[in-house]
Amino acid sequence: MNKARWLWAPSLAVYAFLYVPLAIVVLFSFNDSRLSAEWVGFTLDWYRRLAADEAMLAAARNSLLIALTAALIATVLGTMAGIAMHRYRIRGLAFMVLTPVAMPEILLGVSLLVFFIQVLNLTLGLASVLVAHITFCIGFVAIVVRARLAGMDESIFEAARDLGATPWQSFRLVTLPLILPAVTAGALMSFTLSIDDFVITFFTAGVGVSTLPLQIFTMIKVAVTPEVNAVSTLLMLVTLSLIVLASRVAPDALKGRG
Amino acid sequence: MAVPRAERLTKWLIAGPPLAFLLAFFLLPSLIMALASLRYPGEFGGLAPLAARAGEESGLTLENYALFFGDWVYAQIFAKSLGIAALTTLACLVMAYPLAMLIARSPKRRRDFMVLLVILPFASNFLVRVYAWMIILGPMDLLFTRFAVIVGMVYVHLPFMILPLYTNLEKHDPDLLDAARDLGASAWHSFWRITFPLSLPGIFSGAALVFIPVLGMFAIPELLGGKDDWMVGNMIKEAFLGTRDWPFGSMLSLMLTLAVLAIAGAAALYARRGSLR
Amino acid sequence: MPLLEIRNVTRRFGALTAIDNITLAIEAGEFFTLLGPSGCGKTTLLRMIAGFDAPDAGSIWLDGRDLADKPPEQRPVHTVFQSYALFPHMSVASNVAFPLQMAKKPPAEIAAKVKQALEEVHLADKGASYPHELSGGQKQRVALARALVNRPRMLLLDEPLGALDAKLREQMEIELISLQRDVGITFVFVTHAQPEALALSHRIAVMRDGRVEQMDAPSRIYGFPANRFVADFIGNCNMLPATVVEANAHGLRLAAGALGEVAAPPAERARPGQAGVLAIRPEQVHIVAANAAQELKNHFAGRVRDFLYIGDVTTYVVELENGTRIEALLANSAPGRARFFEVDEPVKVAWRHDAGIFLVD
Repeated sequence: MNKARWLWAPSLAVYAFLYVPLAIVVLFSFNDSRLSAEWVGFTLDWYRRLAADEAMLAAARNSLLIALTAALIATVLGTMAGIAMHRYRIRGLAFMVLTPVAMPEILLGVSLLVFFIQVLNLTLGLASVLVAHITFCIGFVAIVVRARLAGMDESIFEAARDLGATPWQSFRLVTLPLILPAVTAGALMSFTLSIDDFVITFFTAGVGVSTLPLQIFTMIKVAVTPEVNAVSTLLMLVTLSLIVLASRVAPDALKGRG
Repeated sequence: MAVPRAERLTKWLIAGPPLAFLLAFFLLPSLIMALASLRYPGEFGGLAPLAARAGEESGLTLENYALFFGDWVYAQIFAKSLGIAALTTLACLVMAYPLAMLIARSPKRRRDFMVLLVILPFASNFLVRVYAWMIILGPMDLLFTRFAVIVGMVYVHLPFMILPLYTNLEKHDPDLLDAARDLGASAWHSFWRITFPLSLPGIFSGAALVFIPVLGMFAIPELLGGKDDWMVGNMIKEAFLGTRDWPFGSMLSLMLTLAVLAIAGAAALYARRGSLR
Repeated sequence: MPLLEIRNVTRRFGALTAIDNITLAIEAGEFFTLLGPSGCGKTTLLRMIAGFDAPDAGSIWLDGRDLADKPPEQRPVHTVFQSYALFPHMSVASNVAFPLQMAKKPPAEIAAKVKQALEEVHLADKGASYPHELSGGQKQRVALARALVNRPRMLLLDEPLGALDAKLREQMEIELISLQRDVGITFVFVTHAQPEALALSHRIAVMRDGRVEQMDAPSRIYGFPANRFVADFIGNCNMLPATVVEANAHGLRLAAGALGEVAAPPAERARPGQAGVLAIRPEQVHIVAANAAQELKNHFAGRVRDFLYIGDVTTYVVELENGTRIEALLANSAPGRARFFEVDEPVKVAWRHDAGIFLVD
């Protein structure tokens, strides 16, 4: 392969473009000044304020709860969908699973808003957000699981049946262990997507419930303090470790997107 | 398999639950919203009742669509959104291509690491990524401008262009370029006549992954842009949460959906043609 | 009573008839081969025996009982797949133990049988290895051990030697023969490679387009092909168009176009005036120098057009005076010499009056 040296400059520029803004956010979370314009001094004040911010803590609790539950349910349903898409030709299944992933989030958010209030007469809250998150996470898990199945030798599953395993035994002893990396990666991705989601949550959360991203949005619009930087940095750390973890568990799964 | 009835049962046991969930919480809401676009707005917002009642606006109507096609303003905002999406896609393509090429040509271990480096900024919350640019552009007096909106859009969606492009480029046979050079092509020619055409499916994947989400965005224009930079997403948000004119918002959502389907359909058609080659 | 009976089985995929009303019986202890070109239906038939597909018409009987709707896991039949299909997340020993675990055997018995199975395929020391650490030939043997460990009534092998290189394939062929003999289980082997089929089988069923063209012992299929397709598919054959002039119990007199009259062994279906081909194997065609004496009844003059040297034998392509080309096989008994005859050298080809076979198709 020829190593075109001229590719390095624009590539490094792009990497810089990606990381410098984030570095600035992290940096200024330690800045001893209200205005995030100049560096004044190092402080952990903003983190302390964060720890005392009741609204923020409540939002964090909600985010965590929703993310864990959504990831769990979406992983189960998404794995089933991925297996079904790979093995059977069910008309419309792929469309229903993949469209929530492909469409702009605002459409899903808005249609669920109308559905919950108009049809179900439901007060918006944790449940509505949870349902919304599960809906778009299913697609991600299904994509990853299906990709993994597509890369495997089909005759392995037939061999299991041939050697005496019932369909359930074949699934439990052969299929499941082999797709487990993809399922885990899907679960981690769902968790990350749920914790980070803004648009859909914005429309389905209603008045009483807040999540971290919603809280951050309010802070950005209403009163910008470096507390935002602090919570951003913390959130970054959490999702960063999850992504690194996911990449260890199933390195091909993340590349399979798009 | 040998016993069709048992196999059919298994099929529905596996596909049933996710299908049921998505039918209930994706398909049904979408259809309801499509229906809502044909209704009158309720007195205090929301939707007016379906059954026709005397003295009140109720039942079905096409007035929302009439409003959209009648007033130039809405078409303008739609066109503006398409323009912003196109510009963002182009900018992403130009920035992503060199990096994608570099990743595709790197040895395997370094490649995985470089891909990870592209994905990691994803770890930051979407709002954080926007906020970062508020910090940077504010002092430069570039905040609340169209430029800021584009920068924000590009920043958030760049990885979506890099990954499909790199996936495609990685599969190119290195012998092809050697063959081209052997037959007398310059570096530029081998890129333009061989690498670029072969990468078109990747470009289209990436373009679809950027264009479609950008089209529906509202947070970035709201945080980084000015009044002039409103996109379809902002209009939809305003309709549902501001003026509470749900039918109008539903109509706008439907128009957005149609636009997205058209683009996705075109991309899929091209992808199929490309794979036949 | 035969071990396996296939009775009037038909299988269609849309407009395509993959299996066309096939009836055959396989005896216990046989090495039986389904041989044919791709698309002839041999793999479809195998999958129906294993239970992964069901016939549209007809039935399959094992040990005198209709297999009917029995799912694969309930059939006492195991398959060695073309890609070996070893479970990548289990060790070799776990792979081999799998069918015993499915049959709910006690652990002590499982351990003993796994050990024995691995010894049978000469992989006793590989129990703890994983499939990705093994070579193609080793994976092949693990697949065999796994399928044989609980002594099924029948073993199905779907082109298992396809992915191996020539030398390894030969080795495995010998191992398969002795394995089948030692274990005594009926093997049903599917392949498109006819040398393999000839080498391994007690009986071969030659298939084409969903039908069995001929079913017999290898030597009989080779020596007495039933029709033109079988003669052509198995080994090499010269095909000389000919018409019957006279037919009786002692032999045939054929008019072979410009070659004139040719003598051939008797054929049941031959009637005077019938058109067909005289099929002669190259090894039955003698080739001698043009001026050498020749006593065989059928002899013709010609020139050497080309030759194919493969080391132990050379095939000469001889062009006769009227343009017909005949292939003759000659063993290379003189070391270092690629051939006895040069290109363009005048030669004589001849064959016995009872060589070859007259085929009508």
